[in-house]
Amino acid sequence: MTTAVLELSGVGKTYPAPSTVTALDGIDLVIGAGETVAITGASGAGKSTLLSILGTLERPTRGTVRIAGADVSALSDPELSDVRATRLGFVFQQFFLLEHLSVLDNVATGLLYRGVPARARRERAAEALYEVGLADRIGHRAGQLSGGERQRVAIARAIAGRPAVLLADEPTGNLDSATGAEITALLAGLADGDTTVVLITHNADVAAAMRRQVHLSDGRIVRDTGGES
Amino acid sequence: MARLRPADAIRLATGGLRARRVRSALSALGIAIAVAAVVAVLGIARSTQADLLTQLGEQGNLLTVASAESVNGRGVPLPLSAEPMIARIPPVRTVTAVATVENVSVRRSRAIPAVQTGGMNVLAAEPSLPAALSVQPLLGRFLDGTAEHYPVTVLGFEAARILGIGSLAAPTQILLGEHWFTVAGVLAPVAVAPEIDLAALITFGQAGTVFGRTAGPSRIYLRADPDQVAAVAAVLTATTVPDGAGDVQVRRPSDLLVARIAAKGAFVGLFLGLGGVALLIAGVGIANIMVISVLERRGEIGLRRALGARRRHVAAQFLLESTLLATIGGVLGIGLGVLATAVAARLGGNPVAIPPVALAAGLGAALLAGALAGLYPAIRAARLSPVEALRSVG
Repeated sequence: MTTAVLELSGVGKTYPAPSTVTALDGIDLVIGAGETVAITGASGAGKSTLLSILGTLERPTRGTVRIAGADVSALSDPELSDVRATRLGFVFQQFFLLEHLSVLDNVATGLLYRGVPARARRERAAEALYEVGLADRIGHRAGQLSGGERQRVAIARAIAGRPAVLLADEPTGNLDSATGAEITALLAGLADGDTTVVLITHNADVAAAMRRQVHLSDGRIVRDTGGES
Repeated sequence: MARLRPADAIRLATGGLRARRVRSALSALGIAIAVAAVVAVLGIARSTQADLLTQLGEQGNLLTVASAESVNGRGVPLPLSAEPMIARIPPVRTVTAVATVENVSVRRSRAIPAVQTGGMNVLAAEPSLPAALSVQPLLGRFLDGTAEHYPVTVLGFEAARILGIGSLAAPTQILLGEHWFTVAGVLAPVAVAPEIDLAALITFGQAGTVFGRTAGPSRIYLRADPDQVAAVAAVLTATTVPDGAGDVQVRRPSDLLVARIAAKGAFVGLFLGLGGVALLIAGVGIANIMVISVLERRGEIGLRRALGARRRHVAAQFLLESTLLATIGGVLGIGLGVLATAVAARLGGNPVAIPPVALAAGLGAALLAGALAGLYPAIRAARLSPVEALRSVG
């Protein structure tokens, strides 16, 4: 049994009027260090809300969230920023690269809000780019890359700070299946380096590449293949 | 602990501006034009005033005593004793007298009708006049002792212009009444005594022998110790006409300069107001593009929040961008304003005088405009929820 890095107990999220949608309802989920987890489910099942809550981008309306043992519901907004800067890494379907920056500087941006000096940021960014297999693209502009390369840059940016948890929101959603498989393999491989990977996907192949699958329906967990809890 | 180094914050702001070059350049141009207007208005005003202010400093201790005009418009001469009496007042440094020679026309030749005076007249003057009025001959020299015995004249600046005398290389004669006089010199303009500018000056000796003018002077110029000017002015009437017979006017010609400077100041205020309006418009322009920028960059804002940026880091980024934009515009505007001032001063023949306060005010106003313009967009960017910011991008 590994140590838990993410612990959700009784987590619910109800959006305020006018929608008053209950996106999550009574989620209990424990994810250990080094796990790879795919969160699946139909559109509107609550996957994105769950990922946002895991990423401290959104606060639950009920229940508690612990990241590396610390209850984040008690933290202020700036303190949540600190948690994201130091413990979490994000990968998005739309990549969110800064087009006017070089590949290296895009990756270095991942360390910007930790107060790491520029030179050290770039050194670390170069290492991260090597890890994702893009060492030869360091000087390129983000706009010159293919979709798969762009997502690799985004992954490098997310892991440059060696976060405990990497959260990915449909990371292969904008890629063709061959490129998507490469990205999936890359993400799955990160867990060997002790990084916990949690991703959202519609794609069964991507989900199958993760060791654990959590299936949501109407804001509840209806199937969980791992479950050390 | 999430933190953003100051150097990184500035790098972010410059990067943001570089990513939108045309838009940034146009916004900075708006600020530049407004600041250039402010600097040029202050600079040009100062350059034209510099001349007057110098004169004011030099001429502040000048006083004139003139005979009051009688009911028929003829000047009543001052007593002959007036000038030596005034010279005896202790704080008086220099004194000189002039006398109007009435009904004598100033002409280039007999072909010109005598009634066409061009506003010029003949004045008898003393050799002490250039010293008392701080004026130098532009051409030739002033009347000296020998001029008492020969028909020699020195022209005021305007008189020389009206008569078309631009050079004394060849002997030049003009007609005073029916008598030819040789032009010995031309004086520089005398702002405090415009009557000298329009005069043909001759010696008192010639005024007496040629035109029979032997009465006392019509006007006396004197300079007093600068801190005793008021005290001297107070006793001038009694000194000039001790018996109280006759009326005299005591004036301080520098008051005229003060009035002129005040008149220019009114225009400066008006143009500065217009410059301020231009700056306001430019500031609104910056605010406008910053609001658009925040809307366009919601994805970037969401990403930065996900990477650990605090609200204030996001606010600082946008605030710095707008302030930097305005600062670039401000520096450019100061350059343009200084250039415009230099060109205007050159054209107007004035010294280039740019008050340091104009430069500081121009840059300060630009900074303030940029900061105020960026405030609202920055707050909007900071308040954006990270989840909404990330979801807003397709």
